[in-house]
Amino acid sequence: MEQRRPKHLVLILAREFASTLATPMLISDADGNLVFFNEPAGGVLGRSFDEVGELPASRWAELFETEELDGTPVPLARMPAGIALMEARPAHHRFVIKGLDAVRRVISVTAFPLLAHTDDLVGVVAIFWRENTGDPQQT
Amino acid sequence: MKARIWGCRGSLPTPGPRTLGFGGNTSCVSVELDNDALVVLDAGTGIHELGLRIEPGDSRPIHVCLTHLHLDHLEGLRFFAPLWRPESEIHIWGPPSPVSPLFERIARSFSPPLFPIRLSDVPCSLSFHDVPGGEWQVGPARLLAEPVIHPGPTLGFRVDGGGRTLAYIPDHEPFLGGEHGGRASDWLSGYAVAAEVDVLVHDAQYTADEYASRVGWGHSSIDQTVRYARAAGARRLVLFHHDPLRSDDELAALRDRAAVLWGAGGRPPELAEEGMEIRL
Repeated sequence: MEQRRPKHLVLILAREFASTLATPMLISDADGNLVFFNEPAGGVLGRSFDEVGELPASRWAELFETEELDGTPVPLARMPAGIALMEARPAHHRFVIKGLDAVRRVISVTAFPLLAHTDDLVGVVAIFWRENTGDPQQT
Repeated sequence: MKARIWGCRGSLPTPGPRTLGFGGNTSCVSVELDNDALVVLDAGTGIHELGLRIEPGDSRPIHVCLTHLHLDHLEGLRFFAPLWRPESEIHIWGPPSPVSPLFERIARSFSPPLFPIRLSDVPCSLSFHDVPGGEWQVGPARLLAEPVIHPGPTLGFRVDGGGRTLAYIPDHEPFLGGEHGGRASDWLSGYAVAAEVDVLVHDAQYTADEYASRVGWGHSSIDQTVRYARAAGARRLVLFHHDPLRSDDELAALRDRAAVLWGAGGRPPELAEEGMEIRL
């Protein structure tokens, strides 16, 4: 029997939603652990969730390299998911992500906190919008 | 710990000759731990008969734990005899809402034109509590409530007394998004409540065919209920929240179907019926 802490119902419902969505979507829990991303998001991150699995907060931030369009690194505190998690507010940003397949992609990310109640943050949802830049490196 | 079922019908009270065997009252289960406290799970019409069995001199605090506020889980509360006795101490526990406090939500059913007496005029000592985020103590028992998949804020309850556990999830659609396949059990709705319990009392309103046209209504098919109980590691399954259209004979056929699905190992699933006692 699994010993992991049961997921909050809001995360379970978010995963059900993400699983049926064609838009790339990623979910983290309240501690910033990556708990799920859907198949379309796997196309952006360069691996499927089945391959990657759940990742602790410290690990996934270093696995997926991100940088501004001018090449400067994007600190976690300025990433939409980081803002949604740490400040409990929605955020949007356009930047470059290098997936686990080593391909760099320009994406826009919209992230928002999942609040079970007014002051009860249970996780974060991030939605990716891929952009067609004409860059042959982008799949 | 002793549990007793006072109502196990879903959606609508269904008195009459077709339901005499399993009963027509809606959801209510009492759990007695010792002489210190009485836990009542839901306040469907079954709570009326329970109230009549509680003697006026009984001074035990009564903890009514509401899974949600759909009428079939609440409509008996107004006719719960201890509510109308000044000496009664009643605590109502229910799901938190971001919109309005529990008292206000319940007070709607205690107001004209639905009912002539307002909740604020009820004579007993009555208090309202949003369920806490973790376990809490009622007499010698530990209670746990977790939100589960059902339209609107809805809870499942776990009662742990003397090392024996009972889970109560009367309205639940755990596979709303489809089958879980190989997904880990920590992604199962209500898992914290149902995991490894001695007895799981669970929604089993539909047949598989019926469920196909009722996806999103918040209930389970018999097949799903058996799979859920197995996935949660429940040792004994009691099928609950019978469809109001289901006759006694039809329920018996569903029980046979559930036994086949359950397979070998352990006690086959049972049908909840009014008056049924579960000793743990």
